[in-house]
Amino acid sequence: MRELVIISGKGGTGKTIITGAFASLAKNKVLADCDVDAADLHLILKPKIKEEQEFLSGTEAVINKDLCNECGLCRRLCRFDAISEDFLVNPIACEGCNFCAFACPQKAIAMQKNPKGKYFVSDTKFGHFAHAKLGIAQDNSGKLVSLVKKQANEIGQKLKSDWIIIDGSPGIGCPVIASMSGVNCALIVTEPTMSGLHDADRIIKTARHFNAPIKLIINKYDLNPVMSKKIEAYCKNNDISVLGKLAFDKTVVEAMVEGKTIIEYAPNSETSNKLREIWNKIDNEVI
Amino acid sequence: MKICITSQGDSLESQIDKKFGRCLYFIIADSETLEFEAIKNPNLDGMGGVGVQSGQLMSNKDVKAVLTGNVGPNAFQTLQAAKIDIITGISGTVKETIEKYKTGELKPAEKPSVDSNFGKK
Amino acid sequence: MIISIASGKGGTGKTTIAINLALAIGKVHLLDCDVEEPNSHIFIKPQINSKAPVYISVPEIDKSKCDFCGKCSEVCAYKAIAALKTDVLIFKELCHGCGACEYFCPQKAIKEVNRNIGFIETGEKGNLLFTGGKLNIGEAMASPIIKEVKNRVKPEMINIIDAPPGTSCSMIESVSNSDFCVLVTEPTPFGLNDMILSVEVLRKLNVPFGVLINRSDLGDDKTVEYCENENIPIIMKIPFAKNIAKAYSQGKPIIEALPEYRKKFIALYENIKERIK
Repeated sequence: MRELVIISGKGGTGKTIITGAFASLAKNKVLADCDVDAADLHLILKPKIKEEQEFLSGTEAVINKDLCNECGLCRRLCRFDAISEDFLVNPIACEGCNFCAFACPQKAIAMQKNPKGKYFVSDTKFGHFAHAKLGIAQDNSGKLVSLVKKQANEIGQKLKSDWIIIDGSPGIGCPVIASMSGVNCALIVTEPTMSGLHDADRIIKTARHFNAPIKLIINKYDLNPVMSKKIEAYCKNNDISVLGKLAFDKTVVEAMVEGKTIIEYAPNSETSNKLREIWNKIDNEVI
Repeated sequence: MKICITSQGDSLESQIDKKFGRCLYFIIADSETLEFEAIKNPNLDGMGGVGVQSGQLMSNKDVKAVLTGNVGPNAFQTLQAAKIDIITGISGTVKETIEKYKTGELKPAEKPSVDSNFGKK
Repeated sequence: MIISIASGKGGTGKTTIAINLALAIGKVHLLDCDVEEPNSHIFIKPQINSKAPVYISVPEIDKSKCDFCGKCSEVCAYKAIAALKTDVLIFKELCHGCGACEYFCPQKAIKEVNRNIGFIETGEKGNLLFTGGKLNIGEAMASPIIKEVKNRVKPEMINIIDAPPGTSCSMIESVSNSDFCVLVTEPTPFGLNDMILSVEVLRKLNVPFGVLINRSDLGDDKTVEYCENENIPIIMKIPFAKNIAKAYSQGKPIIEALPEYRKKFIALYENIKERIK
């Protein structure tokens, strides 16, 4: 079983569209959406939810007003400014470190586990799908990413799948690092803009830091062919294989509006043909 | 000598669990008498730092060697600091593993066998 | 005044809006809170005057004082400390810097030391003041750097915050306490789905907001319908144009490539100012 994560550093370069295309193209795979705080893959995979579980992670301090004598120690100790002047805990700021609960002389603080979202295992027409929904204004998305990956891996191992294909999130921090752990390939989707190159450079360094093997796609390459050449040169200098270049294509948006992968919507389009070629390369080259 | 084998069940006939930090059971056995204690892994549902905690448990139990499938970097560092031998790449049952260990054919590992968070998968 | 520019989905045009709004107003403080992938500086090209490291505190153990009692490990919620019989190990990348171990150590054997996780830089371009943060490669926690960037907000100025994508910790940290948030979206199913999530977050945070639809002629009408049903003001629409995309790709502001946009961004600012009243 091989594991592929699609990431980009910069947002909006086409990760989910490309993951959707691979869902159509790959055989015997499990899909996972690890962009848990802005998940979109379900909009084209249309999952039927089979299992649903609460995401319980970490704890939040709760102050019992009957026991609290407002000595203020908790407020002085808290590094995350999570306790207000009137001794209410801001659950968004609370990091769940337990410091206040341990230190409170009145034993007025308890740590509570609260559901911070849900995660699912679903059936789709393309195969099994692990995904999640982070609760509104919740943190800990890196941990939810790890849970989604774990679900996908368990299914993959049980069914002896060939691939686990993971849609990642933008950025280079906690959720991205969690989605990259142990993958056989991190596929970076970039665009020919100065921001695209700047951000690709940072995500490539991050992937290398965590020993993830890298391949790259340039999306909408024709919007700035000069910048595309620069990105290709960058990849050559850094020993990164460019699997292909995709042209700007309004059909991609039409497919999304129809809730379909580009392969379903326009199987013989230039973009679909190119994506087929790219998928075959991944299937043959990634070990 | 007191050794620990990570296991999928609570008996000597159980299969090895290849994960260290997130194994189902720790079987702590005397390699001579085969007397043993099966500890249900208390760290199984932890979200992070599981390798560190499982390593600390081994130190508290005065284990001299850990026999398992894979050990990640944090657990490795913890076990090493506790001067516990780490033997990876094990398969089969707990009993077979103890027998093999006694023959001296199993050699301690010098570095972690997997990257961080491997056991989460 | 603090105006933040946010978007659930990435790549909808947050940075474009933030920098063009800033340049159109002129005398503003632009703060780049997308510390994982900061881009504002590419367009502004500020003259950087100072650069300061950002640290989080992590414990260090004086082993000559430690009696290996294990209290530190017991109070650590993140399992970042392994207390062994004759040694204590600290796993810095698991540490959140809460300070509990130092406080509870009976032997006073723990002191906190700084661990560098990124930096903040400040600079200027004409009368525009710029503050940006950058997370070091391989670091997971962006929030402490975003906090540092926001500590530099100048209450007497117009502060424009370029927020990171998503709806989780980093975005929340960036937009909270804003006087107004410009929610940038594109009228596609992905854009709408992520915008609804952001709307829910902003409502929970009690931050007033309006929607800016970028590339407004691509996609469908559902975003406009949603905003009408939810009584959310649409404060600007920008149609897709190849020359806007081209200017962006070269790191050029729209108002330089298409000067007629200067007026539109000033109108956007006036609109926001009215709404804050």
